[in-house]
Amino acid sequence: MSTPGLLLVVTVAVLYSGGFYLLLQRSLMRVVLGIIMLGHAANLSLMLTDEAITLPPLLGGPDGAISDPLPQAMALTAIVITFGVTTFLLALAYRVWLGDDNDEVPDDLEDRRIGRLREPEDSS
Amino acid sequence: MNLLIAVPFVVPLLGAAVALLLRRAPRAQRVSSAVTLAVVVAGAVLLLKATASGAVVATQAGGWAAPLGISLVVDPLAALLLLVSSVVLLLVLLYAVGQDISGLSRAMPQVFHPIYLVLTAGVCLSFIAGDLFNLFVGFEIMLTASYALITQALTRERVRASMIYTVVGLTSSILFLTGISLVYALTGTVNLADAADKLGAAPAGLRMVLALLFLVVFGIKAAVVPMHFWLPDSYPVAITRISAIFAALLTKVAVYAIIRTQTLLFGRDDVSVVMLWIAIATMVVGILGALVQDDINRIMSFVLVSHIGFMIFGLALNTVAGIAGVLIYLVHHIVVQATLFLVNGLVRQYVGHTSLRSIRGLTAVSPVLALFFFLPALSLAGLPPMSGFIAKVALFQAGAQAGGWLVWTALGAGVLTSLLTLMAIFRVWIRAFWGTPLPDMLEARAELRRGPDVAGRRIMAVTTGAMVGVGLTVTVAAGPLAELAFTAAADLLDGGAYIEAVMEEGPS
Repeated sequence: MSTPGLLLVVTVAVLYSGGFYLLLQRSLMRVVLGIIMLGHAANLSLMLTDEAITLPPLLGGPDGAISDPLPQAMALTAIVITFGVTTFLLALAYRVWLGDDNDEVPDDLEDRRIGRLREPEDSS
Repeated sequence: MNLLIAVPFVVPLLGAAVALLLRRAPRAQRVSSAVTLAVVVAGAVLLLKATASGAVVATQAGGWAAPLGISLVVDPLAALLLLVSSVVLLLVLLYAVGQDISGLSRAMPQVFHPIYLVLTAGVCLSFIAGDLFNLFVGFEIMLTASYALITQALTRERVRASMIYTVVGLTSSILFLTGISLVYALTGTVNLADAADKLGAAPAGLRMVLALLFLVVFGIKAAVVPMHFWLPDSYPVAITRISAIFAALLTKVAVYAIIRTQTLLFGRDDVSVVMLWIAIATMVVGILGALVQDDINRIMSFVLVSHIGFMIFGLALNTVAGIAGVLIYLVHHIVVQATLFLVNGLVRQYVGHTSLRSIRGLTAVSPVLALFFFLPALSLAGLPPMSGFIAKVALFQAGAQAGGWLVWTALGAGVLTSLLTLMAIFRVWIRAFWGTPLPDMLEARAELRRGPDVAGRRIMAVTTGAMVGVGLTVTVAAGPLAELAFTAAADLLDGGAYIEAVMEEGPS
């Protein structure tokens, strides 16, 4: 594999691991950032499917060889989708922040209820 | 014939545009949305007629031949699901119209109608997409519409619920995209029929990894244990019409995607054992969750999770009988879940909530409502002669034919789940419908009968009744339905007709 390809592989790996790490955080802002990183990772991995990634699409390189346009078309669609939904997510995170004055993901309601059920036994 | 395939996708999108233009004329908007969905139902009927014998119809959008162009394919499975989904979508829309007329809902109808139609388009595209990327696009259209719908009538609780829902949905979409890029890297195609051929030649290990990845992707959306945690947190919080349509369709579209990918792309025994374990866990964990809840909507959500397990079980068997059982179960479950959520919406009229703690004696308050709950609930629990019973018998027979200790364990889990479902249903029945009604419920009833918004309430009640009727029709029509399901299952497991139809359909 060529050097740019290897570089892309490393980038994709870093984006995936960083994205999932952020996704597991409690702050919604970090969750959104994690989603953004994961989106980039998925789009880049679409680009990675083409070995001739360094060549321009359609117009062709020195000897007329071109890179595969299909992953680029798919990545374009996917970028639009992830971008749109991320914007929506940001708006939602803002609403959470307006309501609660912080953007922490709250505890699970059921979990807290079960916790309360146990408390009397502990104190007796 | 070729143009007909695009109808379920194109018509609702056009309808959405019209509904958006008509946002200042609510009456015209209601009519146009209902007509749009009626056209989709008619198109689905014609498609089912064309494919009922097991034929597969395909068309290439844009006129590019198969592996390059965008294929739209309808086989008996897709046609059957298109028909059931569009009927349920139409009825829920009418229910929503009734709710809007009665002024009960805080959702904005001018926003609701267009998004609802876009959701319809997404659901239909997912069923007819002939390649992975369009399946992804169909999913995204459906999910994006659902993100917008679940944030209708925002309260603090709903903001939190929709946040969970959106993040989980987006995560599964990104994994889906990753899966697509891996399939493309391996085979150089995203066309389902083409990839099915080429994946057959791929190393078994790689195929297994991909099969598992797609199982996780769709498993998150279908809420199979252990990826189910988000569903009971987000569905019950949304307003009635939306939780009804989500519970009926969104998880089922994911189940459809699991069926499609696992039979066509990966085939045979790649992940059968894993799916059996998932099925057992889903059935048992889901139903145990349902037993400890005290909100009817939450109970129904957990039952929904648990019954997804039955479908995964049938699919894991990988036999014609098993998959036919899954199809019957899918049809039955789509109708029954929608009905129950609509009934819960009607219950909310009397008491303002659906918590079992302060509902009593609904039978005395409204006998019709009790009947509306009772019939689908019996079907859900799988008592004869309801449709749920027929579906379960089909599944259990298929399991008994397949044999093996793991399958028998799953069968045991299935029987246990059915009994526990019955228990959960009767818990609701005894606590909410039995006994003497609370005084303020009688007051609420008197007020409901007098109010200026009776017309809208009547529409709500009638559409719920119609939904119950559809459920009974599924029971009565079990014979033809089973025949169709076996045809569709044979088609799915064979795969030849599908691949042939797509690859040989030249530019149109």
